[in-house]
Amino acid sequence: MRYGETGFNLEIDLTTGNIERVETDPRDTELYLGGLGTNAKLIWDRVPPEADAFSPENLLIFASGLLCGTPATGCNRTIVTTISPQTKLMAFSMMGGFWAPELKYAGYDKVIFRGKSPELVYLYINNDKVELRAAEHLRGRGSVETAELIRQELKEPKAQVAAIGMAGENRVFFASIEQGRSSASRGGIGAVMGDKNLKAVVVRGTKDISLARPAEFMELCQEVLEYIKFRNENPVPGVMPILAGLGSPQEMKVHDEKWHTENFSWGNSRTRRKEFWSEEVERDWTETMDKMRTRLISCYNCPMTCGATISPPGMPTYMMKCFSKLTYTMAAFADLEFGLGIAQSATEYGVDGFSAPQVMAFALELLENGILTDEDFPGMPEDNEGRFYWLLDHIVRREGIGDILADGTYWAAQRIGKGAEEYAHNNIKKHEQLPLKLSMLNPIYFIMYATGEKINITQIEGQFPQAPFPKREHREAFVKDWFQVPDEKFKQYFLDWEPRGENSIPYYPTPPMVCDIVDWQERMHYIDDALGMCAGLSSFPLKPPYHIHNYPKFISAGAGYDMDEEKLTQAIKRYRTLVRANNTRRGMRRKDEQPPKDHWKKRFPELEQELLDTYYAFKGWNSDGIPTETTLRELGLDYVADDFIERGILTKDEEAPPQKAAADQEKEA
Amino acid sequence: MPGEKKTKTVKTIKVDVDKCNGCRACEVICSAFHAAPKYSSNNPERSRIRVIREPLKDVYVPVYAGEYTPAECMGRDKYIIDGKEYDECAFCRASCPSRSLFKEPDSGLPLKCDMCEGEDEPLCVKWCIVDALTYEEREEEVEEGEEMEEMEVGLEALADKFGMDKIRDAMARLSQHKKD
Ligand code: SF4
Ligand code: SF4
Ligand code: SF4
Repeated sequence: MRYGETGFNLEIDLTTGNIERVETDPRDTELYLGGLGTNAKLIWDRVPPEADAFSPENLLIFASGLLCGTPATGCNRTIVTTISPQTKLMAFSMMGGFWAPELKYAGYDKVIFRGKSPELVYLYINNDKVELRAAEHLRGRGSVETAELIRQELKEPKAQVAAIGMAGENRVFFASIEQGRSSASRGGIGAVMGDKNLKAVVVRGTKDISLARPAEFMELCQEVLEYIKFRNENPVPGVMPILAGLGSPQEMKVHDEKWHTENFSWGNSRTRRKEFWSEEVERDWTETMDKMRTRLISCYNCPMTCGATISPPGMPTYMMKCFSKLTYTMAAFADLEFGLGIAQSATEYGVDGFSAPQVMAFALELLENGILTDEDFPGMPEDNEGRFYWLLDHIVRREGIGDILADGTYWAAQRIGKGAEEYAHNNIKKHEQLPLKLSMLNPIYFIMYATGEKINITQIEGQFPQAPFPKREHREAFVKDWFQVPDEKFKQYFLDWEPRGENSIPYYPTPPMVCDIVDWQERMHYIDDALGMCAGLSSFPLKPPYHIHNYPKFISAGAGYDMDEEKLTQAIKRYRTLVRANNTRRGMRRKDEQPPKDHWKKRFPELEQELLDTYYAFKGWNSDGIPTETTLRELGLDYVADDFIERGILTKDEEAPPQKAAADQEKEA
Repeated sequence: MPGEKKTKTVKTIKVDVDKCNGCRACEVICSAFHAAPKYSSNNPERSRIRVIREPLKDVYVPVYAGEYTPAECMGRDKYIIDGKEYDECAFCRASCPSRSLFKEPDSGLPLKCDMCEGEDEPLCVKWCIVDALTYEEREEEVEEGEEMEEMEVGLEALADKFGMDKIRDAMARLSQHKKD
């Protein structure tokens, strides 16, 4: 008997309509855990590097995490993995909500799609009954609308539906998959779903999920719940509200948007509005929020209420996930009322709330600067807000200029030419980033931005404070109950971190310390994505209830694997390296690992190179960011090493990388 | 003795639908608690509390499994609350023939909330840390009557479904089987 996971995947060949239930190898789970880990293995094994995102060979994998559906609070992520049409790399986006646990209750860990359906279809999974059904009548329907129509059609009000809207159908490069109160947005995986002619994946399950050592597991769950209560009552002092508590930033609860509106950039990611947040704005925004927000809502088995149902006047109600609250507003220099309104359309169309607003602002910037002209925007309204609605509409329909913009700022700029590239200035690996334009290079963030393969910074950062606290006594107070650290040295790093002077950024934390810090942050995220845990209770906030010390116990008691911190760390390193290997094989190299040029005003080219060199060595990658043969073999990834050598990506006898944490080495030296 | 009045501690759970966020943690823990052995598995479909969720209509109502009823009732009324229309059945606590709610998914036997017998506090209340569910005890004068055991409720449901004769036959066969 398998614990935690069901031990079965569904294999769907959309070309032939063939459906199979396939037992999986428990050894794979032990090596790569579940969720993103085993997804990365499937992509390696079955998607050749030559296969384009829109080729039938590309897989689209809907996976639950290893512990989804168990009573572990907040463990509800669906991890969707494929090749991104935009970055051409492995895309993996996580969504909360209710879908993954339902899949587990239906008796499956993953649904793996290959091929392309000749007609628009949806997949209906009802326990052992799995069928592809015609979806032509749903073409053009919104994602939320589609979910409702399917539930009615199937007479299954409890079915969970992950669907694409028009953007996905039309292969918009930043199309999302929407589900419940969540979405998988980054990397344009909705476009791959649309390309496969798959409108929705519907699941309903009524089976049991078993635990290996129930009493132990429940005790751990109880501790987590208690700690959540404690943290709710004791927010971290001295940090901004979204960092003080748990849950993904809780945008829906928090009225005070001073920090985001003044620190993130407006428009096409250019303009900081330092004094934006006035009393009047605050009053106005609070009123709008109170008027439109019906209820704060949660994902499956989590008390944190990070989302909300929003009812904009004259528009259907929809569910909003954390941050899209501000993205459209800020791209358009508009108010919250506009933002919450347009997000309704954007959710139905199914587009990524980070990319879509930036693409629209980019188009208008090109127009203002004469690179595009009025003729490119026939019939576009005069007013600012109307223009955004017009643009959104044309993008998701791929009409006129919208067809070009639908490829995202990077590819659109290439197609437009005439210097448009200069305006696509907020990309990493061809994908739009959070609109941050800051002053001083932050070495920790530099490494995360440059080397992260998750494409989104909020899915890499966490654990370590974003900035030093002003006084040593604050820092001392902070480290006192910081039991989540994997090693005591992190406390010292933080204690010595000063806002000014010798121990301040960009030269402190030192490159070796940066390696340790980033590695810890990244490790936590990768654990979450294997287990299906929400980052909001684990890798993202400071002092979370899940951490490196209790995770191995959760896995042992839940899934029955013999797990400790070291073994877990090794498993995570293995599959994180495999994610990189997938991308290495697709051509990703050091040259791609660059934050946007204007991301920070003050840059330090030499330091940046040193940071990259140190981090690559720390990770066991060569100076081009490619995992070395020694690293690969040590992790049991011999098949990757062989493949790299065969393809000439690596040559034999490459130098062995340093084995120890770089900071320890420095100390010894 | 049946018919006599006695004071009894009545365990109740107060439901504040305004506070419910639809997380279904209550379903998770209830089903885990009632698994055999305890906590060995979980499956919301076996839970004795269900959250009626219709997010787009803003309906979030946790409903406890109540009495088993062999026949459908007459009331299938519609209610309009705050301008929204609700189906009466949606909020009904009974395990009744017209719907699959509050029945074991495989056997079809009715489920009923037992207030987590043996625990200090109902577990759904404990897991609902947003206080949509709160536990209350009150003293009440009640007529002493025989409460039906869980097994009897189950048997009655089976008898309703298959007829008494079939059940008797099956029992006879089963006891024969066990003896062998
Ligand atoms: S913390 Fe927020 S986003 Fe995460 S599972 Fe809970 S409700 Fe969902
Ligand atoms: S645990 Fe509480 S908030 Fe969550 S669904 Fe149940 S009643 Fe609602
Ligand atoms: S009180 Fe116990 S038995 Fe009743 S619904 Fe809650 S958890 Fe289930």
